[in-house]
Amino acid sequence: MQFDSVSAFLDMGGYGFYVWLSYGVSFAALALLVTSSIAGHKKAKQQIAQRQKREAKLRQAAEQQNAHAHDNPNREH
Amino acid sequence: MMWKWLHPYANPEVSYHFAGKLLPWCTRLAFIFLSVGMVWALLFAPADYQQGDTFRIFYLHVPAAMLSMGIYLGMAIAALSSLVWQLKLADASAAAMAPIGATFTFIALVTGAAWGKPMWGTWWIWDARLTSELILLFLYLGVIALHNAFEDKSLAGKAAGILALVGVINLPIIKYSVEWWNTLHQGATVGKLGQPSMSADMFWPFLVCFIGFSFFVTALICLRFRSEVLTRNSMRPWVRTLVANEENKHAI
Repeated sequence: MQFDSVSAFLDMGGYGFYVWLSYGVSFAALALLVTSSIAGHKKAKQQIAQRQKREAKLRQAAEQQNAHAHDNPNREH
Repeated sequence: MMWKWLHPYANPEVSYHFAGKLLPWCTRLAFIFLSVGMVWALLFAPADYQQGDTFRIFYLHVPAAMLSMGIYLGMAIAALSSLVWQLKLADASAAAMAPIGATFTFIALVTGAAWGKPMWGTWWIWDARLTSELILLFLYLGVIALHNAFEDKSLAGKAAGILALVGVINLPIIKYSVEWWNTLHQGATVGKLGQPSMSADMFWPFLVCFIGFSFFVTALICLRFRSEVLTRNSMRPWVRTLVANEENKHAI
């Protein structure tokens, strides 16, 4: 252990501001990178799932229309 | 021989699951190495006899700077294999690496400034080492912008890949800038294998931090690579079933 007390540790031999600035900015930047990467992965999956749901809905609507048309083949005429 | 071994990894589904297997292990190892390394660097490593406790910035600055160049090299190799062999997965991995490399370049610059102010008396100076590292950041930002500039991902990969390859010229400039030009920046401390110019009680915490950051970077590349593979293959049946299965799991 290089420091006698917590205040000596925070002071960093008078260079506390520069040392903690470095560690603080680095940690913040890496935390931002991690959260944005995780969020990006979730978003990618969500977008694919949403498009699939949309496609399923369209397919269902088309099938219903088809079935309807078969039930009353002469309705439109 | 090599092709036979590499061939299954040209399949996006295989690579997606391989990266998924790698991810938790790299995350765990990164966590362990970085916890040990950071505590060692901040509490137990000795202060430098000239630079005092500012030397603790070294344990962030040097790994970040080395990785900023290492990731760029990896990205450029991926870009080359994408341009030459039309490997779509290489494009995905290059796109995954760019934001990570940009973040580490940013960290190298900021920690360098915060170290330069107390030691040299200035946050910034337009000398060769600092300027070439700043150019590296702009190269990364350019590559990221090009990857996002086109709807057609293979066109985007081509444009970004060419920029990445042209930018490789910057890497030796960064590396040898301290020897080619007069600079405030000190010469290599770590690179000289066999005759290290730093003491063992500083070298070991550095090595632990460097290994920790390397695992951290690998984990992030795996994660971002998976996202890239999914979006680039979103119409493939395997992606559709994979996403549908996970949706069902969440619904329950």
